[in-house]
Amino acid sequence: MASSSLAQHRAIPIILGASTIIGAFVVLEVLLRMGVVNKYVVPLPSQVVMALERIIVEENIFGRMRETAYEMVVSCVMVIVLGVPIGSLLYRWRSLRSAVLDWIAAMAAAPLVLAFPLFLVMFGRSPTTVIVMSVITGLAPIIIKTTEGLLGVRPVLINVGRSLKLTDAQMFRMILLPAALPTIFSGIRLSWTFVLISVVGIEFLINLGGLGQLINDLSERYDLPGTYGAIGFVILVSVAFFMILERVETWLRPAK
Amino acid sequence: MTLATSAASDAASGVQPQLVIDRVTKQFGEGPGSVLAIDDMSFNVMPGEFVSVIGPSGCGKSTLFNIIGGLLDEYAGDVLIERERIAGPHKAVGMVFQEESTFPWRNVIDNVAFPLELLGVNKSERLDLAHHFIDLVGLKGFEKLMPSALSGGMRQRVSIARTLVSKPQILLMDEPFAALDEQTRLLLGDKITQIQQDLNQTTLLITHNLTEAVQLSDRIVVMTYRPGKVKRIVDIKLPRPRTSDVVSSDAFGHYVAEIWSDLREEATRGMVDSESAQRGGSRG
Repeated sequence: MASSSLAQHRAIPIILGASTIIGAFVVLEVLLRMGVVNKYVVPLPSQVVMALERIIVEENIFGRMRETAYEMVVSCVMVIVLGVPIGSLLYRWRSLRSAVLDWIAAMAAAPLVLAFPLFLVMFGRSPTTVIVMSVITGLAPIIIKTTEGLLGVRPVLINVGRSLKLTDAQMFRMILLPAALPTIFSGIRLSWTFVLISVVGIEFLINLGGLGQLINDLSERYDLPGTYGAIGFVILVSVAFFMILERVETWLRPAK
Repeated sequence: MTLATSAASDAASGVQPQLVIDRVTKQFGEGPGSVLAIDDMSFNVMPGEFVSVIGPSGCGKSTLFNIIGGLLDEYAGDVLIERERIAGPHKAVGMVFQEESTFPWRNVIDNVAFPLELLGVNKSERLDLAHHFIDLVGLKGFEKLMPSALSGGMRQRVSIARTLVSKPQILLMDEPFAALDEQTRLLLGDKITQIQQDLNQTTLLITHNLTEAVQLSDRIVVMTYRPGKVKRIVDIKLPRPRTSDVVSSDAFGHYVAEIWSDLREEATRGMVDSESAQRGGSRG
């Protein structure tokens, strides 16, 4: 009895979410068919759904997804590998923090994507350009959140470590890092969002590689249902990506 | 009993003190804005003894706790353990803090076993020891739970078990029950008394709670308001083994009244001081 009510509780938001999306599509379909919305700007949702099969089969969407996924994974790993140590360094050295943290925060707000011609000159029209630009775009949030998380560790936990005569390395590994992990994870989430947007956006801009290039190709062919179908596919991939991240986060943070 | 008579009785018994606080003075800052937090404090703690340091808020109790625990290493005078001057955290001292200090990312048993992990004790031995101390603080059956699933009192017991597991010679506690309700405080007091008696654990408790100090202690060091000095040392001659039932006895009431008469003057000074500081602040 209790388990069926629990299942109901879990199912209700899913059903509600799905019906909202379907409902919005139906309303849009009706508005388009009535001519309220211009069908040369927005395609019929039914045409977009029909186009999905075509872009999967004819446009090699999974092959393109592999290319995007490769750039994504490399960028995401590099963002953590660079961002967490830089954030920790800023935590450790107050003067360095005072000197650069504001600049890093400003970098997070800057539209770095506009600097793509510069990177094209440096790295050519290659996945390296996409990766380097995406790493730079995703670095700021993870650096800021790592520093913020470490600075926010409760002093009493540090005092416990000091009373147990922990070395600096033990203090970092056993107390500071685990205590700051929830904040660092919100930085990772933000950074990876920036990276995802950047990878697909730069692929679109320089017409290279995976899903971004596909969207560019389809729009240049004026294949509106195909373009919207590919955009929908990117959205589905990012939803799946962040669901996996959420699982990893829960696994790493049993105390949550 | 005064400081002089107490020291004389220690010397007469022939037992060496486990902890010596000798003319300790601590000043924060220099010049006109400096604050003299502790001024020339001296007292001893004998092996197996439970001593409480009591005083009004702002009298320097926590400063004294940090000096004895080695978290404040610049001070005048001496804090000695086995004739060694404390200048940093000492392996003989185990600290329990006022604030909740369990590690939220570790479950109860991993929290308690943490100091043993640092000492390189092998897994089976450290789990056995952790189980023993979890049992001692009355948390058997909660080993796998995360701190977030425990009440404030239970979390504080986890902290106490984590401190005891490395078998410190001196257990140093800074108002460990401050955030707890009165009933939990009394029951946890029972638990501490029982542990202290079972392990013959030398314990120094920093507190501002009169009933807690009388319930638990063999001796109470009463501090003056800023700068903190020893105003009086009171021997508590309530029978042991002791439980929270002792709070209803006449003798308990007598001790509370006696210490309160000393403390009231200091607490009033503290209150007047903080009120005038607030008035000055609001004018500024």
